[in-house]
Amino acid sequence: MATVELTFSALPAHVRTARLVATAIARRTGVEESLLDEVRLAVGEACSRAVEAHRAHCPGEPIRIELKDDSGRFEVTVSDQAPSDEIKQEQPLDLGMLSDSFMSGFGIAVIAGLADDVEVFPSPKGMRIRMSWPAATNGHLR
Amino acid sequence: MDLKLDHRTEDRLTIVEVEGEIDVYTAPRLRELLIDLVNKGNFHLLVNMEKVDFLDSTGLGVLVGGLKRVRAHDGSLELVCTQERILKIFRITGLTKVFGIYASVDEAKEAHGKDK
Repeated sequence: MATVELTFSALPAHVRTARLVATAIARRTGVEESLLDEVRLAVGEACSRAVEAHRAHCPGEPIRIELKDDSGRFEVTVSDQAPSDEIKQEQPLDLGMLSDSFMSGFGIAVIAGLADDVEVFPSPKGMRIRMSWPAATNGHLR
Repeated sequence: MDLKLDHRTEDRLTIVEVEGEIDVYTAPRLRELLIDLVNKGNFHLLVNMEKVDFLDSTGLGVLVGGLKRVRAHDGSLELVCTQERILKIFRITGLTKVFGIYASVDEAKEAHGKDK
């Protein structure tokens, strides 16, 4: 099982870099071209959420991404260190309730709509979002 | 790719041309432009997304914020978008029901003209 790890400081500018790295490794792992946009968007959402959470709670701490080629699946785990012991429940869309920065809960909803398989582990010590997509068994991340 | 923004007014419709990536890093610039346009009395906005390579929920939040601002003045914020990868995020989030989405600037202008 090969793993690539990336840590970055909680700056919005680094989210694009994380997206690019994840997409490049997904391609190399054998994820279908048609799924790469979904990987790029889902990883971007997870990293954006983490950056916003760190900027609010612990701006000096790094965010960590782990990318794995695991038995025919490309798995990405984004871990932050900002307290997140509750996730806002999904609510019916009401424009009056939405604000410019409503992306926190919305981002996770977007990830759930994009990734083939998603698990969210909130905790007082940080949130971990694990997502995966099918990859060719003869991928090259070895 | 960075974000390029431009705008022009035709009749009573302000067309905002967006090119590049709208994400957590670049979205604040789009937010500032939309706020500035509304503050200057432009309440009917058409955002052309045809050259947008990437849009995330931060960008969606900015568009929703813009929509709320123009609606406060009985205005409108509509979109031009035919790219499937961009439309997909609007569908996932249910925002296709919130925004008018057109296939071209001309089509949007025509619809806007009928509404006047």
